[in-house]
Amino acid sequence: MEADRLLALALVFVPLSLVSLGGGPSIFAEMQRQAVEVHGWMTDAEFVDLFAISRAAPGPGSLIAALIGWKAAGFPGALVAALGLYLPSSLLVCAVGVLGRRHAASPVRAAIERGLAPVAVGLIFAGALTLLQAAEAGAVGVATTALATLALLHPRGSPYLVLAIAGLAFAVLGAVGLAPR
Amino acid sequence: MPPDDAPPRSPATLPALLAVFLQMGMVSFGGGLSGWMHREIVERRRWMGEERFLAALALGQVLPGPNSVNLALQIGLQLRGGIGAVAAGIGLLGPPFLVILVLALLYQRYGAVGPVSTALAGVAAAGIGLTCSMGIRAARRMRGVAPFAVAAVVFVAVGVLKWPMIPVVLAVIPASVALAWRAQQRERRGHGG
Repeated sequence: MEADRLLALALVFVPLSLVSLGGGPSIFAEMQRQAVEVHGWMTDAEFVDLFAISRAAPGPGSLIAALIGWKAAGFPGALVAALGLYLPSSLLVCAVGVLGRRHAASPVRAAIERGLAPVAVGLIFAGALTLLQAAEAGAVGVATTALATLALLHPRGSPYLVLAIAGLAFAVLGAVGLAPR
Repeated sequence: MPPDDAPPRSPATLPALLAVFLQMGMVSFGGGLSGWMHREIVERRRWMGEERFLAALALGQVLPGPNSVNLALQIGLQLRGGIGAVAAGIGLLGPPFLVILVLALLYQRYGAVGPVSTALAGVAAAGIGLTCSMGIRAARRMRGVAPFAVAAVVFVAVGVLKWPMIPVVLAVIPASVALAWRAQQRERRGHGG
């Protein structure tokens, strides 16, 4: 059972590692699909909580993988998920770094870079939509997301400040009986 | 900005490398980490020149994996070889990994408490905004209609229709790169070269 789950975690995260264009945000949608719908390791609500924790913690947002692993199979699960997500892409980066230093300015590389960007953009917004749906966000939730987006597009918008304000505002609204959604 | 041939202020030994990345792992919130690394590695310590740093940054952006982790691996690799890459990766990811597990244990204990769970909902809503702002920033750099069409196709397939991501991406990437190649060739001809 335990070993099965660790294997399942590895089989989810190793392939995702090699298509995580630009990191975590591009694979949020698929992580939700795998963790909630395919494997049933957690509910939608729990997934959104883990997303919130990963955003409030230091480190890249993709560390939510460790939380998914932890939820599925405890500490060994966290380790397998994190290694599964970071090791394959890291090995690829090092291999390309050693082999490909000569092709830094090649037009093929420029085309690859330019062609991958829109795929990453589509995936990032797919992740945002998936998370809003998983959170069953209502008017307040969507408005908060929109305001946070605007604030963070400002060059001096601090992610930490925005996250803290939103968390506090929701806690206060909840405390006065206006449970926000 | 230092010239590329300025000597390092202190040698990039393995322990020094590990120490820098351990420190940066804990300040890396919501992106902006490549800016930190530039300041620590290029400006303050002069371990690496501007050009090499930018080349490593660009390579990390094309390849899968978080940009910050990829950049750290490249820096470690160039300064101290394979073991340097290991030190940079462990330094950058180790402490946040432990912190996030401590938070997970706290969540297990207090996550169901009313105010905590409502506050988490607020953090999640703002966190989705962080994701959206990243997407908008990246979209601003796209030129022409084709990239927006590609982004829309991927969004609908993965986000709306909930198709599995990997086959979608494997089908779309070659088409998108081919479109980018064509656009690039056309621009080159347009500029008379």
